[in-house]
Amino acid sequence: MRRVLHLAWVEVLHLVRDRASLAQLLLVPFIQLVILANAATFAIRDTPFALVDLDGTPASRALARHFLASPHFRPISGASTVPAADRAMLAGRATMVLVIPRGFDEALERGEGAFVQVQLNAEKGSAAGIVQTYAQRIVRRFGEERLAASPAGRLRPAIAVTTRGWYNAELDYRQYMVPGILVALVTLVGTLFTAQNIAREKELGTLEQLNVTPISKRAFIGAKLLPFWVLGMVELLLGLWIGAAVFGMPMRGSLLLLMAIAAVYLVAALGAGLLISTIVETQQQAMFVTFFVMMIYLLMSGLYTPVDSMPGWVRVVAEANPVKHFVEITRAILLKGAGPGDIVKPAAMLAMFAVGFGGMAVGRYRKGER
Amino acid sequence: MRKRAALAGLVWKETRHILRDRKTLAVILLMPLLQVILFGYAIRTDIDDVRLAIVDPVPDHATHALRDRFGATELFRIVAVRRSSADLDGLFASGRIHQAVVFQPGFAERLAHDGPAPVQVITDAAEPNTGTAMQAYATAVIREYESGLRGSGPAGAAVTASVRMRFNPTRESANLFVPGLIAYVITIISALMTAISLSREKETGTMEVLLVSPLRPREIIAGKVAPYLLIGMATVILVLAEARLIFGVPLRGSAALLLAEGLLFTGTSLALGILISARTPSQRVAMTAVLAGTMLPTVMLSGFIFPIESLPAPLRLLSVVIPARWFVEIARGIMLKGTGLAELWQETVVLAAMTAALLAASMRSFRTRLE
Repeated sequence: MRRVLHLAWVEVLHLVRDRASLAQLLLVPFIQLVILANAATFAIRDTPFALVDLDGTPASRALARHFLASPHFRPISGASTVPAADRAMLAGRATMVLVIPRGFDEALERGEGAFVQVQLNAEKGSAAGIVQTYAQRIVRRFGEERLAASPAGRLRPAIAVTTRGWYNAELDYRQYMVPGILVALVTLVGTLFTAQNIAREKELGTLEQLNVTPISKRAFIGAKLLPFWVLGMVELLLGLWIGAAVFGMPMRGSLLLLMAIAAVYLVAALGAGLLISTIVETQQQAMFVTFFVMMIYLLMSGLYTPVDSMPGWVRVVAEANPVKHFVEITRAILLKGAGPGDIVKPAAMLAMFAVGFGGMAVGRYRKGER
Repeated sequence: MRKRAALAGLVWKETRHILRDRKTLAVILLMPLLQVILFGYAIRTDIDDVRLAIVDPVPDHATHALRDRFGATELFRIVAVRRSSADLDGLFASGRIHQAVVFQPGFAERLAHDGPAPVQVITDAAEPNTGTAMQAYATAVIREYESGLRGSGPAGAAVTASVRMRFNPTRESANLFVPGLIAYVITIISALMTAISLSREKETGTMEVLLVSPLRPREIIAGKVAPYLLIGMATVILVLAEARLIFGVPLRGSAALLLAEGLLFTGTSLALGILISARTPSQRVAMTAVLAGTMLPTVMLSGFIFPIESLPAPLRLLSVVIPARWFVEIARGIMLKGTGLAELWQETVVLAAMTAALLAASMRSFRTRLE
């Protein structure tokens, strides 16, 4: 045990001595957190739109006012004819074009259905879908108001629908993203730095020196991983604190439960890093292989886009992704206040990964070989 | 003449370095190809399977009719029916349901007599966009049922919006991601590889050996980065071909123009890589600096994944100085809209100016560090 602590202390000294690396270890994750939390957003606001009102009646102007009043839309100037709006969209100045055709008011007065045309720049696929939802909601609401006001249709709705969005009442994207970003950062620290650290010892030849010492394989690996495990836990705690203090991220569940699961998860992440270090020879390889693996893990974790939106076979593959389970758990605990009973399945999966990766890494690591 | 041979020798040495390191090479070539598939298949925000819970304390014919409506849609799947809303919390927290429709006793009766009959739709809105969309879909199902009850009449929608999606009608995510992916690939290969390769020569002390050769620092750099330029362009072509074959991503504009702009952006990234390696002491620091300085902005602030319009104002301002942002705009324009230099000259000028400035700065800091 004393040997382990000794070796771990060497590792700590290395970390503290190398100022540039230390600064990166401590600062970069938090700068990333702050930037990512603000940048990683699919929130739609101020969508620039061109209004082409070919009708010019009180009714068409009323509909236009509905759009102008919405926080999701912002009108652009100088694009009030169809060709001008078309050019604006081609130049990227307008994301949406709303065309109110001639005879809009008449059609409404006659009680027939009136039509408007909404053109969307669908280059940004998912965003276009959301903008469409907002636009149609405005149009529908306008229609309902007209209906309620007209003498012919003075019908009260037969069903009163009330909608409630749970867990994120203000629809603040950051509350959803911050827990996920924290997971990504902790994973990065755990996997990348472990893989690279051992690859560096290989490259410099100091691993051979360690190999001829009487220390056992398990003790060596334990000593290598311990400082990074502690670092990961500290960074997670700090990140949670920043998330709560700066971004008002809620903490509805038990912090203790989250940290306990993080402790297990970090073993899996560090184990993955160690596993990578056993198959590479240089730092460069360590970086690229880690990058490759992390990219797949993060993209398929539901961090950016919901796993439920992925095709069936991808969802099956995603079950073999520890990051996915930890993102799920973190969001469930922080945003939904999930208790131990609600997260048994993903937590069990994480434990399996921790044992699996850790075991494989220890098994593959051989003293005496390079 | 001798010098040219020396330069060619350096290029050949670097090429052999790259070819010898099979693992890195495999990752470099495989990563972009796999990424196209991942982005194309996995990265979607479409909603096509909503797990729904029904809370129906006293079922009657009307609640059954409405439940059947939900069950009959492609979108909704009823996974739980409860008498009370007591265990909704647990169902939501464990992620078993996305949405719940909560009835109250006497739904049919109130519908028939003194309406309006109340229905509550509770949605897991942790992810705001999905939450909003699911809410809209559920409300639409209820409204349809309602207007079905009244028969056709003035109660139908008074105004209909016909929606036309332009430039990417099916909203294929591959179309959206491929131009951004090209920027990402170029950044990884040019900036990251260059920075690591140069700082490794520094770390192992072989840079000194190169510097006492008859080659000038400028030529050493040129010789070292030339192979990466080639690999970068080759990967771009591979990605384009794959995107076209698997996902049918269009290339509506000129391929030559796209490659030329790609070459320009490769220059920008190479210059960044050189600059970073000249300013950092070790491979590890260089790598993290590249990560934080080029890769992250390329992913986050270029409009690659997250639309630039969604960024808060300070970050939107910051995105102006990120080269990838301009390149993504150019690549999207050429590929999806079929625009040419006439529309894209401004972006091109910005990118060229950035490249020139970065190259000048990187040459300068490289020289002052080493001469």
